[in-house]
Amino acid sequence: MPKYLVRLVHMHESFRRAELHALAEVAGVEMEILKYDEDSPFCIIHLPSEAAARSLISRSILSQGIHELWGEGSTYDSLHTSVRDQTGSKWSQFEHTPFRFTIDSFRGTRSPAEQNNIIESFSYMGFDGPIRMKDPEASFRVFEDYDFKASEPKYLYLGRFIAASGRHAKTTFDLKKRHYISTTSMDAELALITANIALAAPAKLFYDPFMGTGGFPIACAHFGAVVCGSDIDGRSIRGTGGSARKGQTGKMDVMGNFTQYGLEASYLGAFVSDLTNTPLRIPALDRSSRGGYLDGIICDPPYGIREGLKVLGSREKLGETELATHEDRFKQPNYIPPKKPYSFTAILDDILSFAVSTLVENGRLSMWMPTANDEDIELIVPTHPCLEIVSICVQPFNKWSRRLLTYRRLAEADMPQGFLDVAVKEYEKGVKADDLNDFRRKYFEGFKEFKESERLRLDPGGVEQMQMPDSKGVSGRWRGKEREKEK
Amino acid sequence: MKLLTLNFLTCAIKTCKSSPASFPLHPRDAELEVVEADLNLAFLKNILPRLMWDELRVIASELGLPALPETPPSKADLSIPSPTAPAPATTLQLDPEAIDAPENPPVVESDVEEETPSQTAVDLHRILLETCITEGKLVCGNCGHEYAVKEGVANFLLPGHLV
Ligand SMILES: C[S@@+](CC[C@H](N)C(=O)[O-])C[C@H]1O[C@@H](n2cnc3c(N)ncnc32)[C@H](O)[C@@H]1O
Ligand SMILES: [Zn+2]
Repeated sequence: MPKYLVRLVHMHESFRRAELHALAEVAGVEMEILKYDEDSPFCIIHLPSEAAARSLISRSILSQGIHELWGEGSTYDSLHTSVRDQTGSKWSQFEHTPFRFTIDSFRGTRSPAEQNNIIESFSYMGFDGPIRMKDPEASFRVFEDYDFKASEPKYLYLGRFIAASGRHAKTTFDLKKRHYISTTSMDAELALITANIALAAPAKLFYDPFMGTGGFPIACAHFGAVVCGSDIDGRSIRGTGGSARKGQTGKMDVMGNFTQYGLEASYLGAFVSDLTNTPLRIPALDRSSRGGYLDGIICDPPYGIREGLKVLGSREKLGETELATHEDRFKQPNYIPPKKPYSFTAILDDILSFAVSTLVENGRLSMWMPTANDEDIELIVPTHPCLEIVSICVQPFNKWSRRLLTYRRLAEADMPQGFLDVAVKEYEKGVKADDLNDFRRKYFEGFKEFKESERLRLDPGGVEQMQMPDSKGVSGRWRGKEREKEK
Repeated sequence: MKLLTLNFLTCAIKTCKSSPASFPLHPRDAELEVVEADLNLAFLKNILPRLMWDELRVIASELGLPALPETPPSKADLSIPSPTAPAPATTLQLDPEAIDAPENPPVVESDVEEETPSQTAVDLHRILLETCITEGKLVCGNCGHEYAVKEGVANFLLPGHLV
């Protein structure tokens, strides 16, 4: 099998392999990673063909492109030997082809003179065609991998360019240019990566139960999926609260975002709902219904810091008179359904059970969550017997980090006996307020979000009025916290 | 909200969900709008086996849309086999001589695009993916609770006495 070099970008390192595997799965190509180093942007893989390489890389966000590997070595001498051995038979194909020869030094620099010498050292390949820096028919590239601050590269590759990645989508969907965003909008690049890792693709149906301003559904639609979403906050969908962007006026809504990108045909629409009281069908197990119907679920659940994690219900059990008052008033236009605080870990478990019931076989759940709480106590990765963990990617920040957890819904035949049954029952039961204490003890000892004072300070209704310091969108809620800590 | 969504939505009240009468929700005083969209045959084929067909027929008839056949179409019913052209190759072909410029778009091979959608596919597409409910109510057949739809967004938040 031919070898290819994937020129990765050197960021979001822990997402790169997960993305490559997902891309191979979506493209339906067999890929083997032969060489990957978290500390290098050069990754060597096996693929069956050049067509497979193109198809794989076309939607990659975390790479620049893919090259056919023509040789490698730890010195230029060994690189030349390897190029001669491996590709000598191919040189004649390019004898008269307009071509380009360039150098890509990672963590190193070469003067123009050095670059020339390096390129000249390959003259034995006998390319006689015109040199064309723009639109060449063949493009060759020397890749140099340096250790940090080293003067000489530790490893070298020669590649022939095959195809560019889909990274330009990062610019297309940049939040800075998006019609409608809020303080918790997911960074466009990360939303696209998440959609890739969750295998969003044509013919599939994707759903985000915490859609906010729709960042994930938009990213999934970009990759061809049909999408829908919901949020407990109708203002975030309808956008009547306005945008968090400075100076932005007029009606801004999620639909407008889809229109901006020409993706409205893929948007089924959105509805207002609480995940713990979802209106979505929970397929019965007796086969009277047709099983799961979602190909993927992507979400960034509220952590309760800034969005204020709330579910429907009242804090105290309602007495008879209160019940009657609600019953009398709920049809009035200004009626606001009561909400109560809820535990973050309980909602994680709810998401998992929901995913088990509504995903198709092999469907994916990709969910973001913080790695640790305020006290640096690591949060466990929630698990479910009917979900297999596919990948765990970590995005580190200065003072905290978060993870993208991706699960695959097992086929019923592979599930432990009786577990699917349990999953659905659990979902229907929901988590009782009494269970909250237990969850707190288990994961969140001392976690601020549960302190009453904190809860009062964090008025979820105030979120939309806040100004966004910049449009990175990486968890404004946490940034807000950090700033506070720095004081 | 496109009508396909109604095939996934039921009553949000937990005790109602297990009752068959809670699905589908029944549109009332519904205003519909048709928004044209490119037909997505691959999606239709994929979603077809997941549809609750009888319930879809109920909604179509309640909304006064053209009647759907009693039995669901098969995947094969959604496309017209092209009579002349041979079946497109599904395997990725590698031409060893090919040297492609970087600007060439990536080749994503697909046999689906070659197919012609049948009238059945066109009809289904019209109902599921072009017809939108913009205003009105969705009513649970079991408990009678009404969920309002405004500007195309349905609201499933439950009042205090029903959670
Ligand atoms: C982190 S934000 C998601 C932002 C979104 N990914 C985006 O790009 O705009 C979490 C969202 O969950 C919503 N939410 C909070 N509690 C909820 C609940 N119980 N059910 C559904 N949505 C909820 C909030 O209104 C908020 O919009
Ligand atoms: Zn009901």
